Amino acid sequence: MHEYEHYEAIVVGAGPGGAAAAAVLAQNDIETIVLERGVEPGSKNVSGGLIYAEESSPYTMDDLFPEFRKFATERPITEYKLHNISGKKTATFDLKGLHESDTEWCDSVLRRKMDSWLAKEVQGMTQETGGGLLNGIRVNGVLRDENGKIEGVTCDEIDPITADVVIAADGVTSELARSSGLMNWERPEEWFQGVKVVVDLPKVDNIFGLEPDTGIAHLFSGDLFDGVRGGGFLYTNRESLSIGTVFHLDSIMEKEAETQELLNKLITHPLLGQWIDEEYCELEYSAKLVPDSKKAANPTPHLDRLLLVGDAGGQMQAQGPIIKGMNHAVTAGALASEAFVEMRERGSIDKTGERYELKLRQTGVMNKLRPPMYSVVKAIGENKVATAIVDGLITSPIGRGAIRVIGNKMEKLYNIPILSMAIPDTSTPYVTLPTVIGEELGTVIKSKNSVKPPGLAERISKLSYDTDIGKPHIKLIDNSYADSGGAVTACPVSAVGFGGGCYRVEEVEIDGKIEFRVSLDTQPCIECGTCAVVAKTEWNNPRGNKGVEFRHG
Amino acid sequence: MEADTRVMDNNSSDIDIVVLTKGVPDFREGKVSFDEHGHLERGKTPTVMNPNDRFALKAALQTKVRSGGKITVMSMGPPGYKEILQEAMNIYADDLYLLSDREMAAADTWATSITICTAIEKLDPKPDIIFAGFKTADGETGHTGPQTSWALQWPIITHVVSIDVNLDEKKITAKRLVQGDIKEVETVEVELPCFVIPDPEFEAEYPKASHRLRLQNLTEETRERAISYEETLTMWDHKELNLDPDYIGLDGSPTIVGRVDPIPKAPAEREATIINFKSKKEMEEVLGVMAPFAGED
Ligand SMILES: Cc1cc2nc3c(=O)[nH]c(=O)nc-3n(C[C@H](O)[C@H](O)[C@H](O)COP(=O)(O)OP(=O)(O)OC[C@H]3O[C@@H](n4cnc5c(N)ncnc54)[C@H](O)[C@@H]3O)c2cc1C
Ligand code: SF4
Repeated sequence: MHEYEHYEAIVVGAGPGGAAAAAVLAQNDIETIVLERGVEPGSKNVSGGLIYAEESSPYTMDDLFPEFRKFATERPITEYKLHNISGKKTATFDLKGLHESDTEWCDSVLRRKMDSWLAKEVQGMTQETGGGLLNGIRVNGVLRDENGKIEGVTCDEIDPITADVVIAADGVTSELARSSGLMNWERPEEWFQGVKVVVDLPKVDNIFGLEPDTGIAHLFSGDLFDGVRGGGFLYTNRESLSIGTVFHLDSIMEKEAETQELLNKLITHPLLGQWIDEEYCELEYSAKLVPDSKKAANPTPHLDRLLLVGDAGGQMQAQGPIIKGMNHAVTAGALASEAFVEMRERGSIDKTGERYELKLRQTGVMNKLRPPMYSVVKAIGENKVATAIVDGLITSPIGRGAIRVIGNKMEKLYNIPILSMAIPDTSTPYVTLPTVIGEELGTVIKSKNSVKPPGLAERISKLSYDTDIGKPHIKLIDNSYADSGGAVTACPVSAVGFGGGCYRVEEVEIDGKIEFRVSLDTQPCIECGTCAVVAKTEWNNPRGNKGVEFRHG
Repeated sequence: MEADTRVMDNNSSDIDIVVLTKGVPDFREGKVSFDEHGHLERGKTPTVMNPNDRFALKAALQTKVRSGGKITVMSMGPPGYKEILQEAMNIYADDLYLLSDREMAAADTWATSITICTAIEKLDPKPDIIFAGFKTADGETGHTGPQTSWALQWPIITHVVSIDVNLDEKKITAKRLVQGDIKEVETVEVELPCFVIPDPEFEAEYPKASHRLRLQNLTEETRERAISYEETLTMWDHKELNLDPDYIGLDGSPTIVGRVDPIPKAPAEREATIINFKSKKEMEEVLGVMAPFAGED
């Protein structure tokens, strides 16, 4: 039998979920070690990102890190607009009501800056407990005792570690969640894919008419994305913009959409010409899978001593156009630690998981993640026939007439939080309705857009990589086009006909017949996780410090 | 069994470690300055810590992280070497010693070894391990280490690529490159006290989480300490070491440098013969030379 090092608590991942978990543990004097695979927390992470502090939430970021807003964020977001686009027309709704509902504050963030600031705080706090935060350590699986029960983690760089509790806050590509069997990567319909660019814009204030303590979020939906279900965003940072898209992965697959081209459709749309011009300069291109909590959130996110928090447990809520992942990761991380503290006091640490699950329910978090109403909507509305009928109705003269009559009351409807929580996952809310609204209520867009976005090769060349030469972190198990071909378009750094990306299609002659085969080169990989779902792979994160390093995130 | 570093007291001095370091001209492109004859211009070239001493410091730090103890960094040279010691402290040092005065100047490796040996014997407590860099970038003799260990009558292990200290048995197990050859590695076990010269291939190993945490803390501490490094610096001159000026410095140096050659340009590794590609005969000769490399047919 091995004698492994033991800590009271292990936290895997130093994103918002891990930072919150570590803070609560450290405040309670629990010896805590935080393991992060990046060279620094934030170097692997991508968000849109607006971080919300919800009034109804038991924990917000500034509860745990009082100086968070002062040092870690970009600017408060005080305006929120949704553009319903149809061709050259747009109808803009003011969704401030929805944005402010249950919101204490909301700031834009860039993840490298945010997470590395949090890391310094976490480092200090956990060091006092006898633990600390280690960068460059990749956890590669769970450690089981002789009875098969999870008792710790195994890592690439160091010997296994045991603990009384393991909090997996390792994000959407969580290897702990998969190796424990609590999550899987099988169904594209459970995921979104988010792709974004950070654009240099020192004159944000002038261009958007902002003060340093105000900021704006613009959201985009309608017919600009070739019918792919999802939408676009533009958020103001201090001296830059975050522009991106979030689409349902199953829709990307169904339409065989090139995701970076969908993003380009947004960047080059005339509507954006009022803010960006030919001086357009991208600082960074990035992407990540995003769980759709309505389907992916595990209602019992624990097994033995392992607790999943944040994206690792699928706890990422799409509330209409509002994306709430970071805030839920914070709440869940804190609740998981709180559960451990309580159970440790009672001498029954084995009940920590159950306690955590109970807390997620009692505090209403699970109801936000998996709204009960959604199951009703899903049952009635999420099928092809119903969608066709509703879409048909909306686009019919009657539907159009109704939308004209409802007019600006539509804006009010969009501002009702409970409705936004239970939007069916069909083309209706993402494409059909906004398009008809744009057509019927919209005005013609006057601005022109002269931006020429860089190609994939240039976007990739601007990223920093520390490649683990000779040790690809993803292995293609099946190279047939039928099983893995979808990755060529869905991978954000690959495209049909582009030779410099990860996935490529090659023609090979087999028994005199020409067949398509898929090949993979992981060098340009940005570790988004998409191909784990859409291709047949053996998907792992690169070992500590290796792979892509985001500077903005 | 390795000591459980997690319960180890930060100030415990289970093992006393000395690292020897020295300043050398900064030979990096853009820093180094030569006169028209190709001789080094010492005055115009900044002095830096001998690059190979980094491996000695890393080996010392690994020992401290994994077994506890105290690291003393020692150098002999002009007062300007204080900054070399600061550079060393940025990697790791608990305290610093500089052996410096006029009488010690212009010492060869022999006189240097005698001086250092005397200083080491004066240390209290006496060290268990001394680490030194693998030959310096200026002299390239590689003598000082072995001569010092001889003067101390200690065993020496050279070309070390990994070490493991066993405190209970007062032993050190080291992997070393045989003849400095990367392909042949031997494992040796030596009793403490002992002299260790890490090879540039040396890699510090920190297999436990606690090692990494401790490494992080110690690195943070030493960087902090290095800012006001003079507080931990002790200067010793020949009087304090009770050394006769006739046996140290230039007077105590038997080595006579016959001549200093300018650093030659690196020779081309391949020889080239110019041929006329239009001449059939000459081309055939080339093909004849190449044919054996082209495989069977
Ligand atoms: C384009 C896009 C836009 C988004 N917009 C928003 C938004 O506006 N607002 C919002 O709230 N959310 C948004 N999200 C979602 C949000 O980013 C996530 O929900 C959130 O980051 C989840 O936090 P987390 O702590 O669970 O995981 P992460 O933030 O992903 O952190 C996981 C950490 O674990 C580390 N890690 C991973 N694996 C290992 C391992 N094996 N070993 C060691 N360490 C490991 C990672 O390096 C990382 O630091 C967006 C996401 C995307 C992609
Ligand atoms: S190879 Fe896979 S994980 Fe990497 S960027 Fe492409 S889709 Fe994402």
